[in-house]
Amino acid sequence: MTLPRLFKTEAIVLRQRKLGEADRILTLYTPTYGKLDAKAKGVRKTTSRMSGHLQPLTRCMVQLARGRSMEVIAGCQALESFAVIREDLQRLSRALYAAELVDRFVPEHVESHATYHLLLDTLRRLAQALDADSVLRYFEMRLLEHSGFRPELARCLGCERQLQPVTNYFSPGAGGTLCPECAGGTAGPRPLSVNALKVMRLLQRGSYNDMARLQVPPELGQEIERHLRSYIVHVLERDVNAAAFIERLRRDALFETIEV
Amino acid sequence: MNEPLPSAAGPVARLIEEFHKLPGVGPKSAQRLTYYVLRAPAAEAQALAQALLDVKDKIVLCSVCQNVTDVDPCRICADGQRDRTTICVVEEPLDILALERTRSYRGLYHVLHGVISPMEGIGPDELKMKELLDRLRSNEVGEVIVATNPNLEGEATAMYLGKLLRALGLKVTRLARGLPVGADLEYADDITLARALEGRQEFSG
Repeated sequence: MTLPRLFKTEAIVLRQRKLGEADRILTLYTPTYGKLDAKAKGVRKTTSRMSGHLQPLTRCMVQLARGRSMEVIAGCQALESFAVIREDLQRLSRALYAAELVDRFVPEHVESHATYHLLLDTLRRLAQALDADSVLRYFEMRLLEHSGFRPELARCLGCERQLQPVTNYFSPGAGGTLCPECAGGTAGPRPLSVNALKVMRLLQRGSYNDMARLQVPPELGQEIERHLRSYIVHVLERDVNAAAFIERLRRDALFETIEV
Repeated sequence: MNEPLPSAAGPVARLIEEFHKLPGVGPKSAQRLTYYVLRAPAAEAQALAQALLDVKDKIVLCSVCQNVTDVDPCRICADGQRDRTTICVVEEPLDILALERTRSYRGLYHVLHGVISPMEGIGPDELKMKELLDRLRSNEVGEVIVATNPNLEGEATAMYLGKLLRALGLKVTRLARGLPVGADLEYADDITLARALEGRQEFSG
């Protein structure tokens, strides 16, 4: 898609990196123009009028000018800065995880209203929800679907038969579930409990409200997290950096509680 | 057809190559710098080379505050005149220079050498945080000023440190946030403006 010479769009700042003396390159996610890199000039100076509006995870209105190698930000105004997320490490680490996943999954310059709104809804939910992990699981399942990696959870990918209510297996390599016979002996697939399968199906077919109503016990939540994470790592062919920080906060029991 | 492109003589090309590796130096700047050195007196080239070697040979991290220094402990840590009950935690050695320029801080420092940056895979273990905790256990520090940058990563680091240090029973303070000198209210973002309002002070002018 050829971009207009000067255009205005809503965007969520996914990440930023330093450039030269006082500039930054921002990765913006927009509904109409997809993911794009833009140069923000002078935002590392204390007198910058833009820097406060362009922090990662901010939803903002930006005016972009087409540049030679990348867009240049001509003006911006923050629309939602998600202060609640920024002030709580639990929420922040999860919001950064969501932003990193979007950055890794979506290609540049591809229009993406659905995924954009998924990310925006996820940030809003993270700002409110008590159970930040359920918000993330729902987000992961939807993002996989939007990107064409919807995992199979109804049938066995080996023999095509309906799964029975016993401990089945989840295989990241196959892209979904395997029955005990088909999974036998191979190393990749991990046991998938009946309850975990049920919750994963709900994540896949239900709405966010269905999920939010559900009380998932911590152990079950971690099993589902492991399955989805292993599938995501398989699809991306790399680790998700922000996941390590979430793990770290869990280990420092000090940070376990979400502050309301 | 396959004749090689004309290139500068070996040592010249090598110096261009080396300059080119420096941040912010493009191929043309590298050439210009190289030809400057080529024409400069030998003593100047000698001084440049020596300075480059010294910076690697003689500079170490201060065993107390982790600042870059040529004597260990560094001059700030060794200065008996300074207030040893306050430690100011900064991201980078350059931040110490900025704070020292204000001439209004007389305590000690601690350099983290980075910030928590979950998306880049940089967590607390990659920073000089353990060294800070060791320092706090052994001496008479009463207050820790967290002076990381007021951006997303700096705030995340400050929150993490704050929780850790408060658990040790220390007083933890954060640099004030608000409007910079020379700013315009109409361009200020919501968070900055809200903080500036919260931190307003009685006007005694």
